[in-house]
Parts: sequence; structure tokens; C-alpha cells
Amino acid sequence: MTIKHTLKLCFLLFIFACAPLKVSKIEGKRLDIDKSLTANQEIEAFIKPYRERVNKDMDSVISYAPETYSKSDGKFNTAIGNFMADAVFNEGNPIFKQRTGKNIDFVLLNHGGIRAIISKGNITTRTAYEVMPFENSVIVASIKGEQVNKMMAYLSKAKRAHPISHQLQLILDSNGGIVSATVHGEPIDPNKIYHVATNDYLYNGGDGMDFFQPNQGVNVLDYKIRNVLIDNFKKKDTINPKRDNRFIQQ
Amino acid sequence: MKRRQFIQKSTAATALVGLGGLGLQSFSPSKTKKITILHTNDVHSHIDPFGPDDGRNANKGGVARRATLVENIRKENPNTLLLDAGDIFQGTPYFNYYGGELEFKLMSMLKYDVATIGNHDFDNGIDGLYAQIPHAKFDFVSANYDFTNTVMDTHVKPYKTFVRDGIKIGIFGLGIQLDGLVDKKMYKETVYHHPIEIAQDMSRILKEDHSCDLVICLSHIGYEYRNSPNRVSDINLARATKDIDLIVGGHTHTFLPKPTIETNSVGKKVLVNQVGAFGLYLGRVDFYFEPGKKVQAEGASIMV
Repeated sequence: MTIKHTLKLCFLLFIFACAPLKVSKIEGKRLDIDKSLTANQEIEAFIKPYRERVNKDMDSVISYAPETYSKSDGKFNTAIGNFMADAVFNEGNPIFKQRTGKNIDFVLLNHGGIRAIISKGNITTRTAYEVMPFENSVIVASIKGEQVNKMMAYLSKAKRAHPISHQLQLILDSNGGIVSATVHGEPIDPNKIYHVATNDYLYNGGDGMDFFQPNQGVNVLDYKIRNVLIDNFKKKDTINPKRDNRFIQQ
Repeated sequence: MKRRQFIQKSTAATALVGLGGLGLQSFSPSKTKKITILHTNDVHSHIDPFGPDDGRNANKGGVARRATLVENIRKENPNTLLLDAGDIFQGTPYFNYYGGELEFKLMSMLKYDVATIGNHDFDNGIDGLYAQIPHAKFDFVSANYDFTNTVMDTHVKPYKTFVRDGIKIGIFGLGIQLDGLVDKKMYKETVYHHPIEIAQDMSRILKEDHSCDLVICLSHIGYEYRNSPNRVSDINLARATKDIDLIVGGHTHTFLPKPTIETNSVGKKVLVNQVGAFGLYLGRVDFYFEPGKKVQAEGASIMV
């Protein structure tokens, strides 16, 4: 009887050992990474030289802001937006001209692309990273006047302070209809080619801006918007951006 | 008579337990086994914790803290795998300065086992990603990106299998459609295949050909798209496939307080999880295995 039992047991054990493993229970949870955890010192020490190097650059003062500038300072144009669009023109045009012999006619950026305020006080490299954390670059699209008119219609309907450079002026009536749209003070000629600088996000149709396609040519400047800002800040001891009349409603 | 039978049975049971105990030491076949899956997604170069003045995430996150948490969990259960569901790159000046070198080095120090590739991991171009590969001591999986005609060829596998405490775990990767999201100049000749068909193949290969006990999909296709419900997403993937136990997702920065339980194409439960972004959280899913235990029709008991 004992032998019989032992054999039975061995058989049972054999089955037990070879039976496929089955998931019997699953537990799932989300764990917080916060102050309650002590930082691993080895990791901390490894990061330190990288952090110091980055912070040294980030904290270097490159200009001064006499006021605080926010993208919500105006309905159709803001000081910060005007500053950015004009900076893209000022820094981008020499490169474009050198490559093509032509000038950029004007610049269009997007309101949503201004990611932070410029605070009153010292402007550091970090300011540029905060205002423009993305890697978007300047791209110049050569589009016909009829496409520029589509852009004006878009701007009149969007009713947002999408940054434009000072060469463009757009005036809306109280209903949002276009009163006048001029480039260099001239009405837009539907058959003329305009060289419009923007960023690659908008060029590819971002924010519903579908007027950069089709086009008569495109020039990628390989110049990041953030670097445009850094280079522009460095040229000025104190920035002095202003809200003006480039895009207004009567 | 009846009493005698009872005693016999209990003696047998005791013996079984005793032998079982012995078996544990000699062949370890019959104890409950536990596999812990830890995961992050969309960390976006957030190496340092958010500062005390941050409007949304003040004092949260930080790789050095995550390291402590992972280390503690590994001490508690050495049979732990650490996964990342992509978008490792882009979001702080660390990426702008070092191109992802620091991110990969730190993930290697934390002993990540495997990661998949997110759209932002192409932000310095496929060449920028390739340049950082030597710093990654972990593997990349992506089953629906074909890198054959790119520099990444042979550096990304469709799937990887692990054996932990005798449990075989198969992990395959899925990436999001790049056209329209990433500049072609960046991803070059990377070819995207539809995730659901690929996932069906992968789960069959891992379950049937490799006899995996656990099949995990590491995805960067996004949790779900409310405005386009038919767009391929983790939720749609879970419903349209079988033999996947867990989908660890990313891309949509979805802060799930706990894993979602979905039902797959054959009526079995599948877990879908995603822990938001920026390394603010660590996801944890524990799988308990028992030898030959009869599972209920609807599968294992799930506690989330």
C-alpha cells in the first residue's frame, strides 16, 4: 500500500512539475516619482557635470527685458509676437539673400508656437529655450499672391495674434472682414511670387495653414527658430518690442 | 471506515505538501512565481525633477529618484523587467546639448531591459538616433518599422524574449505612422507597416513558436483617439488581437491612474497601461504564475 501510495504521489508531483504555468493573478498600479524617494547618489553624481555644463549656458545673460511680454498682451498683435517675427526676418533674410539673391517679403509664425513669456529682467539662453523649446526651423516658401490672399483670409478668421513681421499689414473691419492687406505698403498681387518665411511646422500644414502648398519653391534655411532668438537677443543690450498697427481691427 | 479513508487522504495530502516543499528546494517546480513589469513612456529628456515653481508638476519626477524606486523593487523581486515605450528624446536642453547621450546612458545605468522607438526619437534624424545607439546597453524592439534601408538596420529587433525564474516573456514593439508626423528628411527610408496585422503575427510567433508564458506589446501608437475612434490605438489593438497579456503604451501622454482592462478578440482580458509623460510616474504590473492552476474562463483575477 505504501509503495502504491508513493507511486501515486510521484505521479502527482510529476504532473505538478510539468503542468504549464498559468497566470493566476495580475496586479497593476501607478507609482509616484516624487520627493518621498531619495535620489540615487550614483545617478545624481553622473548627471552633475552634464547639468552644470547645461546650466552654465542656460543661465548666461544675453540681453535684458524692460517689461514682461506675453502672447496674450494683444488681440491681433503682441510685442512678443512682433519681436519673434521681426527676429526671423532680421536673422533669416541675410542667409536667404546670400543663397538666392532675393529678399524675404515677410514672416508668419503661429501664436501657439510662443511657449512662454519673456519676463522683465535678464534674458538668458534658458529664456529662448522656454519661449521656443521645439526644434522647428526657418523655411522660406515662395508662394503666389493668390496663396497670400488665402493666408489673409485665414488670419481674418482665426482672430488670433499669429505673429507677422512688419512688412505685412492687415486691417480688419469690426466684423472681421478684410479692409486692406498690404506687403511693403502695396496691395497683394495675385500673380506675384512672395517669399514668405515661416517654420517647418506651419509649412507642412500645422494649425490648419494650408496656403504654403502648392508653392513655386521652398528654401530650408537649416536655422532653428530658437537659435534665431538667441542670435537676436545677443545683438541687443536691451530688447524693446512694441505692439503696433501691423495687424489690427478697426 | 470513513474515518480511515479520511486519515489516509490527509496523510497523503501532508506527504504531498512535504514532497512539494522538497521539490521547491531541488527543482523549484511548484511555487507561485512572480514577474514584475515596470515601465515608463514619453520621458522626453526629463532627467531632473521639475522645479519647485513649476505650475503643474512641481517637485515631481527625476531619474535619480526613479533609480531608487526601481532598485528597491528589484531587491524585492529580482524577476523584474524595466521597459520604455518611446519618446525618450526631446523636451529639455539635455537633449539639445547631448543629443540623447545622457538619456541612454542613464537608462543603461537603471538597467532598462528594452525600449521601443517613438516619433520624437527621430528628432535629430535617424542618423542622430543611430549615433546614440552605442550608449544604450539595452535593446530596441519595433516590429512594424522596417529599417532595412537605413542606418538603423540590425539595431532594432521586432521582438525579444526573456526567461526569468523559468517564465518566458516575449516583448514586441510597435511604432506610430511617421508620414505627416515626422519630416521624411528625419526618418528617411524607414517603412511603416500597419500595427494590428503585425501585432497578430507577433503574438502568434511569441505564443506558438516561442511558447512564451507572457506576451507584452511595447507600443508608441497612442492610447486612444476620441475624435477618430477608428484610428489605430492601444485600445483598438487590444480588442483586435489575441494572446497579448499587456500593452505598455505611449505617445498620447495619457495619465492612467491604473491599467485599463480590455477584452480581446477571443474574449480574454488584456491590460493596457500608460503612465503619462516626463517620468512623473513608474508603471508596475505584477503577474503571478501558478503551475497547472485552473484559471477561470475569463482568465486570471486582475487587481488594479
